[in-house]
Amino acid sequence: MAAVSIQKVRKSFGSTEVVHGVDVEIGDHEFVVLVGPSGCGKSTLLRMIAGLEKITAGEILIGGHVVNMVPPKERDIAMVFQNYALYPHMTVYNNMAFSMTLAKADRAEIDQRVREAAGILGLSEYLDRYPRQLSGGQRQRVAMGRAIVRAPQVFLFDEPLSNLDAKLRVQMRTEIKLLHQRLKTTSVYVTHDQVEAMTMADKIVVMRDGYVEQTGAPLELYDSPVNLFVAGFIGSPAMNFIQGRIDRNGGAPSVLAEDGTRLPVPPEAPGEDGRSVHYGIRPSDLALTEDGTGVDTLVDVIEPTGADTFLYGAMAGQEICAMFTERHRFAPGETVRLTPRLDRVHLFCSDTGKHL
Amino acid sequence: MVAEAPKAAAPAYKISLWAQLNNNRDFLGLFFMLPAGLVLLLFLTYPLGLGVYLSLTDSRIGGVGNFIWFDNFIWLYHDSVFWLSVFNTLLYTIVASAIKFGLGLWLALILNHHLPFKAFIRAIILLPWIVPTVLSAIAFWWIFDSQYSIISWALTELGLIDQYIDFLGDPDNARASVIAANIWRGIPFVAITLLAGLQTIPQSLHEAATLDGSTPWQRFRFITLPMLTPIIAVVMTFSVLFTFTDFQLIYVLTRGGPLNATHLMATLSFQRAIPGTQLGEGAAIATAMIPFLITAILFSYFGLQNRKWQHGGRDD
Repeated sequence: MAAVSIQKVRKSFGSTEVVHGVDVEIGDHEFVVLVGPSGCGKSTLLRMIAGLEKITAGEILIGGHVVNMVPPKERDIAMVFQNYALYPHMTVYNNMAFSMTLAKADRAEIDQRVREAAGILGLSEYLDRYPRQLSGGQRQRVAMGRAIVRAPQVFLFDEPLSNLDAKLRVQMRTEIKLLHQRLKTTSVYVTHDQVEAMTMADKIVVMRDGYVEQTGAPLELYDSPVNLFVAGFIGSPAMNFIQGRIDRNGGAPSVLAEDGTRLPVPPEAPGEDGRSVHYGIRPSDLALTEDGTGVDTLVDVIEPTGADTFLYGAMAGQEICAMFTERHRFAPGETVRLTPRLDRVHLFCSDTGKHL
Repeated sequence: MVAEAPKAAAPAYKISLWAQLNNNRDFLGLFFMLPAGLVLLLFLTYPLGLGVYLSLTDSRIGGVGNFIWFDNFIWLYHDSVFWLSVFNTLLYTIVASAIKFGLGLWLALILNHHLPFKAFIRAIILLPWIVPTVLSAIAFWWIFDSQYSIISWALTELGLIDQYIDFLGDPDNARASVIAANIWRGIPFVAITLLAGLQTIPQSLHEAATLDGSTPWQRFRFITLPMLTPIIAVVMTFSVLFTFTDFQLIYVLTRGGPLNATHLMATLSFQRAIPGTQLGEGAAIATAMIPFLITAILFSYFGLQNRKWQHGGRDD
């Protein structure tokens, strides 16, 4: 097992640069998730760690050694592909044994390692089957089994759960996490699904357009996003944004929305009067108040999911979502009053997108 | 109310026989196959049946023959020229197909890489296949000409030989020459089809194998080749069939000569039947090709094409 260090790495395809100088430190035993919308360069970065793409500039170190010029097979990494990339003409057993067979390992040792990995992943009964005869979840496990058998320094996962249905995805998510807790192999996991990132990662790297937007523990990103993009990307349902201006009017600050509604902010809120801001508040941080305080919100749709109730409506003339753990029965068209939790209010500069 | 509704409505839906048939999948299936079936019957089954029938008669051009059972075949069994043509055909097919496969696969592997002007090169590769056979055969006739051969000329100029090669006059040279011409013509089909097969192999398999520690040769041996087997089986079956039944090249280049050294079963069949007017005997030679062709098809079908890993979803 080893730490991975990505230093000022750039990648160009022809004249188009897709990764613009990225720095990421991945500690030994750490589970790091690279997350971002499609085309943000996260998969390219992963493939550069694997050695499947050349590094245009910068350095990647695995276990303290620069691997820029080291061919993939000597980097001692294993990768799980989005489409699993199982060899269709080989049985599950041979798929998992392939790397060791190539390395001319001892037959008994191969057998022991393959059966051990199959045991961990619950594949023991399927060793004689071909990939085609397996379900999506089982194929996914074989792909992981192939990685485990090699006992590599680093596991790389390239959107491994994207091809599974929603229920299986949640299940495999837990399995991968359990597996990591058991094996403790350094892992780099790429996904576009922020829920996967939040639930699995020790550390999340949020990427956009070839830049790292923010790096940190899941709840760190959730509680203190550094900019509008991270705030909107992390968390489900997404954070509400209402455009307005900071207005102190000689006294305590508030945000004056475009339609004249006043939104409350903490007394120590930064930013000078008249500054154009995005007022950010998460759906779960809006409380229903019936004592006349709070902000008028026009109810459009109510979505009861059982555990939570979602309210979609208009606050200060802009679309918002609110989430309640209690059950409410509002009628569409009704006006309710919602109070934002002041300590959870985020203010972002409208021009730069940065957190104030 | 709800239960009564269909009863009341029933008379309104009088279903004609045509409408009923129109909803019958079995009938529709047969009905839609009818045109294709007719075409096959008219243009394939009839000539084939007629050929087999003629092989059992002593028909000549211009006369109706008598049914003579297997006399033609018994006659051929004792005919050394017929056996020579069988040998020539097998030699021609095996050597040409093997080389076409080797070179075609090699070409396909090269073309599967990122090359500059890829589309252009692929188009050029197809040329020998597009040109009418007779045209390319005439070109080869010039290339193999005993006095004007460009090969002989070039080799002489290079000082490698001092006497022009008699390509089509010497039996061994003639065999090698027609095989070379056939290979030139047949490679594009093999190469382009195998290239299509190569492109169906996901790139991620090669990447996975790379990470698993394989060398390029191992990737070819353990990933590319096994995954290409089904398409190789199809391509080579067709290639063998085309080569085995080849006629035009031989007919233009050598007409079977010298000393019948390049007579294939197809050319011998034609020569006996049309210029020789022995329709029945010619038909018998053609019919004698059928067992060879069926063997080739069965070999590829059972030996190569049917792989267990290609069948999905079964829990056996």
